Amino acid sequence: MDLKDLSALNLARAIKRGEAGVKDAVKISLEQIKKADGTVHAFLETDEKKIYDRVKEVEAGIRSGKYTGPLAGVPVAVKDNICTAGRKTTCASRILENFVPTYDAEAVKKLEQAGMVIIGKTNMDEFAMGSTTETSAFGITRNPWNTNKVPGGSSGGSCAAVAAGEAFAALGSDTGGSIRQPSSYCGVTGMKPTYGTVSRYGLIAYASSLDQIGPVGKNVEDCAALLEVIAGYDPKDSTSVQRKDLNFTDALKKDLRGVKIGIPKEYLSEGLDEDVKKALVDAVQLMSQNGAIVEFFSLGLVDYVIPAYYIIASAEASSNLARFDGVKYGFRSKEFEGLHDMYKKTRAEGFGEEVKRRILLGSFVLSSGYYDAYYLKALKVKAMIKKAFDDAFVKYDMILAPAAPSTAPEVGSSLQDPLKMYLSDVYTAGVNLAGLPAISVPCGKDRNGMPIGLQFIGDCFQEKKILQASYAYEQIRGEFPMAYKKEGK
Amino acid sequence: MAKQIIDDAVMENVEILAKLALTEEEREKAKEKMQEMLDYVDKLNELDTEGIEPLAHTFSVGNVFREDVVTNNDDRDAMLANAPGCKEGQYQVPKTVQ
Repeated sequence: MDLKDLSALNLARAIKRGEAGVKDAVKISLEQIKKADGTVHAFLETDEKKIYDRVKEVEAGIRSGKYTGPLAGVPVAVKDNICTAGRKTTCASRILENFVPTYDAEAVKKLEQAGMVIIGKTNMDEFAMGSTTETSAFGITRNPWNTNKVPGGSSGGSCAAVAAGEAFAALGSDTGGSIRQPSSYCGVTGMKPTYGTVSRYGLIAYASSLDQIGPVGKNVEDCAALLEVIAGYDPKDSTSVQRKDLNFTDALKKDLRGVKIGIPKEYLSEGLDEDVKKALVDAVQLMSQNGAIVEFFSLGLVDYVIPAYYIIASAEASSNLARFDGVKYGFRSKEFEGLHDMYKKTRAEGFGEEVKRRILLGSFVLSSGYYDAYYLKALKVKAMIKKAFDDAFVKYDMILAPAAPSTAPEVGSSLQDPLKMYLSDVYTAGVNLAGLPAISVPCGKDRNGMPIGLQFIGDCFQEKKILQASYAYEQIRGEFPMAYKKEGK
Repeated sequence: MAKQIIDDAVMENVEILAKLALTEEEREKAKEKMQEMLDYVDKLNELDTEGIEPLAHTFSVGNVFREDVVTNNDDRDAMLANAPGCKEGQYQVPKTVQ
């Protein structure tokens, strides 16, 4: 078998057995990047010298027994809003164009401790604000399945990199669906853990109460293993949760018997693409045949998720992005009169349109006189949405949903109508508001051959339940090849 | 609640709060998009939220305290290397006091 086609775990096993070198693995990724990334543009940075220096370190570490983990030696891509010491971290924004962090994000530190090799930093929507990776200041990323289509977003670079065979796994971040939706569009597996499971230390904040770093991989097992690497309590993140059940790979059993699954009726109503609906129904049938107990139910409040989400996310963004002022980081406007003018011009020139739009909306909903009507109202609705999920999890082990209402749209078709683009988060953003874990797994293709993702949503801290069910489903489903295989590349 | 209209006065205030200098064209477009968004999020007013506690954080967590001890290294030079202007080991900003 071609090394390129191995899962991350199998690649690490081959390395451990001495059948492949870390250098071979890295070469595969770098060659694939050379071949595909001119078109796909999943990466903003790959530094061969740094990578090969690291290869030597990892090879020695594996030999000496320093790196014994199940993913040692595996090339991994990291979204460019996750800080890497000494390597540019731009959030795909002009305002951070030359920013070189002095420290590693906690998740990055854990990748290093696991003996993984960071192959590069991936493109994204600017500050993770967008659903298509078209708001990047450094050029769009294209979907490896069809380069006229977007990869989704905001973790579009990370998902496209895995789909294109340029990385064996990747880290993304998910604030309203930013891992699960591009995973669905790119035919890869991506997971958002329970809020507080992965440290946000070193993740450049968009909406702090919703942001979580999570794994993107070729399959469920790789995601579980990568999550195991990056999860853990971190005193440097005050919202980090102390939990003990972090042995996620132990949950991977091919068994769906007696698993109670609820599907919100509202998710199947208007706005859902016919092909996506059919893929969902087929998957449900397959799971029922294998012992799962599936029911339709009314979750409630579905139409209020996006309004509440955008108020809260924009409010937090306006506060978080106040730190970009032309004083501490790279970009500063050339012409200005005095300090305040410098702030205003630096930010106007440094931020892109979508980011400015959300900062303005966020500033408004937090402003005196409007705070109660908008921000506080949204937080109350958030409480109601959380309660609706809580009630559902009394009855069901998990909720099944599409990851997105459609497959990947055409490049250039989304940004003119932001509100429409926002609505594509309808099945994912509620999960962030309630802090829940969820995973998107490929479940089919539409009539044009574009992949469709199936989302398993669990109750807080119930990653193992959704990992087991999605793993079992994946085994029954059979192989779902990566995009680069389809291209015959 | 009456429909919120985003006029020039509101926009001007928001720009001050957001610390953004918009061009005339950008302002018009931003106004239009913000109006569209606010009209949409008005949907939340269909819900009766009387007596519901706002949920800022998903889990009931409290403040996290630690001793005020420095644990990081002195990264001053590396940090200043990211700044557009620095002088004598400090950030340099335009004159703020006349």
